[in-house]
Amino acid sequence: MYVAVKGGERAIDNAHAWLAEERRGDTSVAELSVAQIREQLSLAVNRVMAEGSLYDPDLAALAIKQARGDLIEAIFLIRAYRTTLPRFGYSEPVDTTRMACDRRISATFKDLPGGQVLGPTFDYTHRLIDFALAAEGEVPDAPTRDTDPDASIPHVMEFLNSEGLIEEALPDPTEPPDLTREPLEIPAERALRLQSLARSDEGFTLGMAYSTQRGYGRNHAFVGELRIGTVAVELDIPELGFAIEIGEMTVTECETVNQFQGSKTEPPQFTRGYGLVVGQCERKAISVALVDRALRWEELGEENVGAPAQDSEFVLYHGDNIQATGFLEHIKLPHYVDFQSELELVRKLRREAGAMELPEAAE
Amino acid sequence: MTNATEARQHWLGLMARAPDGRVAALLTDSGLAPTFDTLRAPEIGTVMVRGRMGATGGAFNLSEMTVTRASVSLACGTVGHGYVAGRSKPGAEAAALIDAILQTEKSGLARDAILVPLENEETARKAERAKKAAATKVDFFTMVRGESD
Repeated sequence: MYVAVKGGERAIDNAHAWLAEERRGDTSVAELSVAQIREQLSLAVNRVMAEGSLYDPDLAALAIKQARGDLIEAIFLIRAYRTTLPRFGYSEPVDTTRMACDRRISATFKDLPGGQVLGPTFDYTHRLIDFALAAEGEVPDAPTRDTDPDASIPHVMEFLNSEGLIEEALPDPTEPPDLTREPLEIPAERALRLQSLARSDEGFTLGMAYSTQRGYGRNHAFVGELRIGTVAVELDIPELGFAIEIGEMTVTECETVNQFQGSKTEPPQFTRGYGLVVGQCERKAISVALVDRALRWEELGEENVGAPAQDSEFVLYHGDNIQATGFLEHIKLPHYVDFQSELELVRKLRREAGAMELPEAAE
Repeated sequence: MTNATEARQHWLGLMARAPDGRVAALLTDSGLAPTFDTLRAPEIGTVMVRGRMGATGGAFNLSEMTVTRASVSLACGTVGHGYVAGRSKPGAEAAALIDAILQTEKSGLARDAILVPLENEETARKAERAKKAAATKVDFFTMVRGESD
């Protein structure tokens, strides 16, 4: 028998009203606008777009406001919203060679065409709290230097390629699988893994990547290239009969170069890991590249040493923070009936055990 | 691909890359906004954006982005389409209207009043960012240590 328990409506309504009040906080403090969040908390906005898997800075900023800064809650809101929208189509693959780079560095080559461009980075800051930011004040303009904004910056990998020392990434016309249309199935091909990793939890992905560096499926990654900037998005428009640019998006791309001794199927060479994430999400893009490389063990004929980062089922099924939090948090919701049956079971077992022990106790 | 197609790709891309609200504002300021019939009311949807594995390999699905589209026809029958990133219905409709106007005899006026400012603003915007990035380029130099002999 199932007995529905009613009666929580008023408590729920009142809880949500109080939530709205707490979200607003002290009304003597000015309210945050969505534009302020978008402009001044932009890395939080980028993370919500990447893991929400929907590029829309205003919407991500609004979700952060609604979620009181709980980024996983904000990602949940974005994932829910995107399911309500019709899909117009699939873009042409973005061309990161034509990226307008804000940042472009290589840890493997000092001198390279296009140079080492640091961009607006936290690197080389002292990580000391800047109390000056607590006071209002104007920010001086960043210095500029004349340059050709249309100059394309070649990928670092092309230099190693010219010597034949690195595996090539050859074009492949195969239509890639889409996680948002078909449920994730294992074994997952690389295209599916990269889609899944692009939207996986940053903390989880970082942890998996770090585990490979500490020796659980070590693959000796160097950051061959890291670039952040804007790329054009092109869509084929059936009613026009040709493709047009429908906008631009900021992306972060990381290519790793990995030591590789060769295997039964591959010659000794450098292999590659790849991470592409929407927005400025540098830590995440590097993490994706390391995990991507670890998950390629089978294709490269490497040994499976049983490391967690080599296990695509483990990585892909546990990296989605919305699936994870949904299952984790549901256990706090009412389980009265489930628990009642457990309680009765334990009581019954104790009664039976007690009945067996009683004769001894009586002696 | 014909010149007409390339020109249309150029202006549709230019309008799609412009900051939110700018295209509609330029259309209003130009005084060129005509009466029109709506072929497709402005509609918000998504496009799944793709990347390439290893930047040059096979495609994979990266993330969706929001896109708004609209289609209009002018009294003369000219049809215009607008596709712009984001969720601005007025923006998509303005882009569709301008796309239509640019195919009529008013194209010269629309070019001067709308496309030229958009081009100039985009060039300035890109140059400013590129210049800031260029200022963060590392100039390596070698420290000479000890006496050379």
